[in-house]
Amino acid sequence: MKHTIREVFRSPKFVVGFILLIAMLLIVILYPLIIPDEPLEIIALGTFFEPGIYVNVFDSIGARTYTLNLNDAQERRIASRLGEQERLDMQEWLVSYGIPEEEIDLEDTEKLLELWENNYDPTLRFQGMTSAKKKYFARLDASLENLLSTEGVIIAVENVETNELEQTRVINQSDFVNINQVPNVRVLPLGTDNFGRDMLTELISALGTSLQIGFVAGLIATMIGLTLGLVAGYIGGWVDDIIMFITNLFTVIPSLVLLVLISYSIGQEQRGAVTVAIVIGFTSWVWTTRAVRAQVISLRHRDHVNLSKLSGHSIPHIIVADILPYIASYVVMAFILQISSAILAEASLSILGLGPKTTEVPTLGLMMNWAMIYSAHIMGKWWAYFPVIVVIALVSFSMNLMNTGLDQVFNPALRD
Amino acid sequence: MKGYLKYFSGKLVWFLITLVAAFLLNFILPRMMPGDPVAIITQRTVQGMTSQSGVQKVYEYYAEVFGTNEPIFTQFIIYIRNVFQGNFGLSFSQYPRPVADIIRSSIWWTLALQFPAIIVGWLIGNTLGALAAYLKKGFDKVLMPASIFVSNLPAFGMAVILLVIFGVQLGWFPTSGGYGYDMIPNLSWDFVWSVIVHYQLPFWSIVIIAIGGQAIGMRSMAIYELNADYVKYSRFLGIKDRKTITYVFRNAMLPQVAGLALSIGTMVGGALVAEVIFSYPGLGSTILTAVMGQDYPLISAVTLIITLMVLGATFIIEILYGIIDPRIKTAQTE
Repeated sequence: MKHTIREVFRSPKFVVGFILLIAMLLIVILYPLIIPDEPLEIIALGTFFEPGIYVNVFDSIGARTYTLNLNDAQERRIASRLGEQERLDMQEWLVSYGIPEEEIDLEDTEKLLELWENNYDPTLRFQGMTSAKKKYFARLDASLENLLSTEGVIIAVENVETNELEQTRVINQSDFVNINQVPNVRVLPLGTDNFGRDMLTELISALGTSLQIGFVAGLIATMIGLTLGLVAGYIGGWVDDIIMFITNLFTVIPSLVLLVLISYSIGQEQRGAVTVAIVIGFTSWVWTTRAVRAQVISLRHRDHVNLSKLSGHSIPHIIVADILPYIASYVVMAFILQISSAILAEASLSILGLGPKTTEVPTLGLMMNWAMIYSAHIMGKWWAYFPVIVVIALVSFSMNLMNTGLDQVFNPALRD
Repeated sequence: MKGYLKYFSGKLVWFLITLVAAFLLNFILPRMMPGDPVAIITQRTVQGMTSQSGVQKVYEYYAEVFGTNEPIFTQFIIYIRNVFQGNFGLSFSQYPRPVADIIRSSIWWTLALQFPAIIVGWLIGNTLGALAAYLKKGFDKVLMPASIFVSNLPAFGMAVILLVIFGVQLGWFPTSGGYGYDMIPNLSWDFVWSVIVHYQLPFWSIVIIAIGGQAIGMRSMAIYELNADYVKYSRFLGIKDRKTITYVFRNAMLPQVAGLALSIGTMVGGALVAEVIFSYPGLGSTILTAVMGQDYPLISAVTLIITLMVLGATFIIEILYGIIDPRIKTAQTE
C-alpha cells in the first residue's frame, strides 16, 4: 500500500493534477476566512461592472490631498477623454482644411491637439459641409478648450439655512489622494455580474459548491457502480444477466435526457444543490459498473480466490479481502472521473435552466447560465463567463491529469 | 452469412427492448413524483396564472392527457398509441401549436448539425491520434497536450470561446440563430448561404470537442497495438512497415467504433447544450424554451425524441461494427 502511494506520487502528471486540486480546495476554504462576504450579496447598482479598484469619490474628496507635479498628467487626462470618434472627426476637419493626411498622427494626442489649436477656425466652411457638422466642430472645439484649462474644480455644499451653495474647497488638477487613506476602497478583481454581485467571491463560493456536488454525485455513482459491478461479476448467472441488462439500458439512454426529465419532475423549489448531486449520482453509475464487473470476472477464478473459497470464507469476506484490493485502483480512477463529469453535468443542467434553485448558493453552472441569459458573451463582458469556463476546465483538467497519472502507474503498457 | 443474420437479429431485438424501456422511462418518471402528478404539473404550469377557470382547464387537460383516472396499464396503452400517432398534445408555452409541429421544425436542425459534426470529429480525431502514436516526437508532444486541454473543456465552453473569438471579436460569423433573423425559410441562394454561415461555429465547436477525446483514445489504442507481439513478429519476418501499419490501425480502430456507439449519447447531450449557447433552432434550444415556459408536454416529447435518435444511431453503429469486424459476430453468437 505504502509502496503504491509512493509510486503514484512519483508520477509527474498525477502530482501536477493533485497540486492543482489541492490549491483549488485551499482557495475555497481559505478565501471566505479572509474575505467573509456573502457570495450572493448584491453590492452593485447596475450590471457588469468592469474589473478594477473602486474608490469612493465622496471619501476621496474628503481625504488629505497631496500635490504631485507630473508632466504627463494633463496629456493622460486628455487622452482618456478624447475618444476614437473625436480623433477621427478632428482628422476629417484638418484634412478638409488642407493638411496632408500622413502628417496627422491619431495616436499622438499632443501633436494632434497642437495641430488643431493652430489651425481650427470656426468661421471656415468647406464645400459639402452641412451646418450641423459645422456646429458640431464648434462644440468639439469648445469641449477641447475645457479639457485644456488648468483651473481646478470647486466643491460646494448647500447651506441648509440660506439654500445657497458655499464653496468648501477647490480641487486642483495636480491634487492626489493616497488610496490607503481613503476609507472606502473596494477591489473587484473580476468585476460584478449581471445582478451586481462581486464575481470573485461568487466564483470561489460556486467552485466550492460545484466540488461538493461533484464529490457527492461521484461518491453515490461509485458506490452504486462498485456494488452492482461486484455482485454481477462475482455471483454471475442470472443476477449478472439482470444487472447487465439494466446497465446496458442506461448506457444507451443518454444520461442528459434522464437528468432533464428527473430534474423537471422534482421541480424548481425542491431542487437544492444536494438533490441535484444525488440525481446526477443516480444517473451516472453505468461506466463504473461495467469496468468493475469486467475486472471482477477476470479475477474470479484466480488461485488466491479459489483458495479462499476452499477455506470456507463467506462471499462478503472473499469480495472484501481477495477482490477489492485488486480493483481498488480502478475504483479510485473511476471515482475521480465521476467527480469531474458530475461537475460538467451540473453545468449542463444549469445552462438548460434545470440547475439547483438560484436563491441559495451559486454553482459554476448557474453562473454560466446567468452570464448566457444576460448575453455577457455578446456584449463583451468577458469577466462574467470566461473565469467560469477557466475554472470548470481547470477542475476537469486536474482530475483528468490525476487519472492519466494513475493509469500510467497501474498500466505500465501506457507509459511513454 | 448465418452468423451475420444471428448477430443482426440479436441487435434488433436488443434495440426493440431498449426502445420499450425508453418509452417506459418517459412514461413512468413523471408519474413517480410524490403526490398527485397532475396537480403538481398543473401547479408548475400555471405559476403566475390568476384565472381560476384557467387553472381548472389546465388540470383537466393534463388529467385527460395522462388518463389518470384509468388503470396504469390502460394509461400506458393510451400513451404508446399517442406516441405512434405522433400525437404529443398541445404545447403550453406556444399554445395552440401542437408539440409535434414544434419538434418537426427543430429536429432537422439538430440532425443536420450533430451527426455530421460528431462523425467528422471522430474521423479527424482518430487520424490525428493514430498519427501521434506512429510519428511520436514533435507531433505527439504538440497534439497530446492540446487534445487533453480541449477534451477537458465542456462543449458549451468551447462554444462560448469560438463564439466570442470568431463571432464577436472578429465578426466573421453570426453569433446566434440558424439563419438570418430577417429571413423567412425558403430555397433562395441568400437563405442557403445564411444557413451555411450560421452553421459554421456550432459545427466546429462540436467537431473540436470530439477530436480531443477521440485523439486521446486512438493514441493509447494505437500505442498498445504497436507494442503487440504480432507487430514485432511481422517486423521480424521483414514485412514492410507500411503493410503492418494497416493491420495495426485496423485493430486499433475497432474499439474506437465500439466506443462511439457507447459514447454517442454523451456526445449528443453535450452538443445539445452547445446548441443553447448559439441559440441554434434545434432540440437543445427547444428544451431550454420548454423549461423556461414550464411546458411539460414539450419536455416529455423532446426527451423521448432525443432518446430515439441516440438509440437509432447506436443501433446503426453496432450494425456497421458487425460488418467491419467479423470476430464480434462469432464471439457474440456462440
